[in-house]
This record gives sequence, C-alpha cells and structure tokens, in this order.
Amino acid sequence: MTAALPLVLTVFVACAVEAIEALTIVLAAGLTRQWRSTFQGMAAALVVLAAIVGVLGPTVTLLPLTALRLVVGALLAIFGLQWLRKAILRATGYKALHDEASAYLREVAAAEAAPEVAKRGVSDWYAFTLAFKGVLLEGLEVVFIVITFGDNQRDLGAAVVGAAIAVVVVTVTGIAVRAPLAKVPENALKFVVGIMLTSFGTFWGAEGAGVKWPGNDAALLVLVPVVAAVSLACTAWLRRARRSGGAAGSRLQASVSEGISGP
Amino acid sequence: MMRALKSFGAFWYDFIIGDDWQVAALVVAALAVTALLVHAARVNAWWLLPACAFAALVWSLRRATAGKP
Repeated sequence: MTAALPLVLTVFVACAVEAIEALTIVLAAGLTRQWRSTFQGMAAALVVLAAIVGVLGPTVTLLPLTALRLVVGALLAIFGLQWLRKAILRATGYKALHDEASAYLREVAAAEAAPEVAKRGVSDWYAFTLAFKGVLLEGLEVVFIVITFGDNQRDLGAAVVGAAIAVVVVTVTGIAVRAPLAKVPENALKFVVGIMLTSFGTFWGAEGAGVKWPGNDAALLVLVPVVAAVSLACTAWLRRARRSGGAAGSRLQASVSEGISGP
Repeated sequence: MMRALKSFGAFWYDFIIGDDWQVAALVVAALAVTALLVHAARVNAWWLLPACAFAALVWSLRRATAGKP
C-alpha cells in the first residue's frame, strides 16, 4: 500500500479538481431548477462513463507496456505542461483565476433564464442536459487520469481508490455546505497536479522510447522536485517581469502626465 | 452526427493539446529524437525529454506573456 501511496495521492488531487468543477455545475442545476432532472442527468452521465471505462479499461491493459508508456507518457506530459502553463499564468496575474463562485453565478443566471421544457420522460430537460454534460465532461477527465495512471503503474485498483475518495470527499463537502467550493485553492491544486502529470508523463514517455532512467523508479524522486523547482522559478521570473513591466509602465505614465501638465 | 463528432474531437483537442499546440509538437518531437538516439545511436538519452519539456514550458510562457503589462 505504501508503494501505491504516491499514485493514490496524485490521482486523488487531480480528480478532486475535476469533481469540484462538476459539483459547481450540478449545484447550479439542482438548486435553481429541480433536483429530480439533475439526478437523472447525473445518473445518465455515470452510465455512459461506466460504459467507457468498461470498454477502454480492458482494451488499454492489452497493450504492451512499452507502447502504452510511450503513448500515455506523451499524452500526460503534454497534458501536464498545459496545466502547469495555465497555473503559472494564473498565479502571476497574466490570466484570470478560475473562480468557482463566479462560474456558479454564471450557470445560475443561465439556468434561471432557460424555459422549463419536458422531453423524453424528463420533466426539466435543461437541468438534465446541464448536469449530464457537466458530469460527463469532468468525468471523462477523471477516467483519463485513472486509466492512464492505473494502467502504467499496473495498479488500476489504487488509481480507482484515489479517484473514488476524491469524488466522495468533494460530494460530501458539497452536500454539507450546499454551495460551490470557492474556498478551495484550486489554482494551487492545479499547479501540483501539473507538476505530477508532467513528471510522470516525462518518466513514462522516455521509458517508452527506450530510455533506462538512472536509479530506475527512484529517478521519479528527483524528477518531481526538479519539475517543481523549474515551475516555481518560472512563476518567480514572470512575477518579477510583471512587476518591473508595471513599474516601467507607471514611470512612463508619470512622465507623460508630467509632459501634459508641465510648462 | 457530424456536429457531435466535431464537438467530441474539439473536446479532446482542448483537453489534451489545450491553448498551445507547439508544446505538444515539441514533446512529440523530443520523444521521437529520444527513441532515435536510444535505438539507432545507442545513447541513453534520459535527459532529453525533461530538458525539452522545460524548454517548451519556458518558451510557451514567454510567448503568452510577450507584450503584456
């Protein structure tokens, strides 16, 4: 179990982020429209997700480990770098922070404006499709993370446990507070997930390409802190650049105003 | 049907490739060169992919922030 702990923790954090985003959409649909159709939408999405896992899970396991690591490693490295890029841009103010409270308000406004239409045995089609799409799209990301991490480590059970704990914790917290989890430091979580995805992706991708890592699996213990250090250095670099850019902008503005108001 | 396929493809493109396709291209190219070095030149190039991943991140951040205050 100790060996599986990094896998469980990585999948837990990654899936918690996705579950928080799904919860925001489900709460908006349930609290402003009606819970019955929202639960129907959620249930339909879970059935589709279960079918995808049922088909993809065993198929992916049939692939030879080297090919699996090459493809999945590449996907995870690309995916992880995108998460890191976004998290760094948000942390340094170049991109607006993802705000669950405002995302919730946007969904609520749209849900309140939409008419109530009964369709295909569902009394509120809007609530059904909103919950269905939210759970399916965020759920697909969870499935991707669970299958890629679980299959690569040949420990699908540990990955499923990490994802299940994340979904349960987020759901229970959501039910308890009956509001979007706006206080969760989502960008910090995404930063951590980006570091883990990039590290694991780089490790498996290179192994799939035929590389023998110095120290074998222990190389990950070096790779993760190095990726974290590079990401933090990038954050510091962009913060400094933004501050000096802002200061230069203020100086320019001051000299322009001086020129306008001067003699 | 076509619209559903298109939005399915757009979802996966956005999900995996995201905002900067050049990062993805660099990672794939780095993996191809690593495989070539390992199998054709017998060089254990474990350092190449991490180096390219860091370069891709810095390059992408530089382009995303260029000219922005």
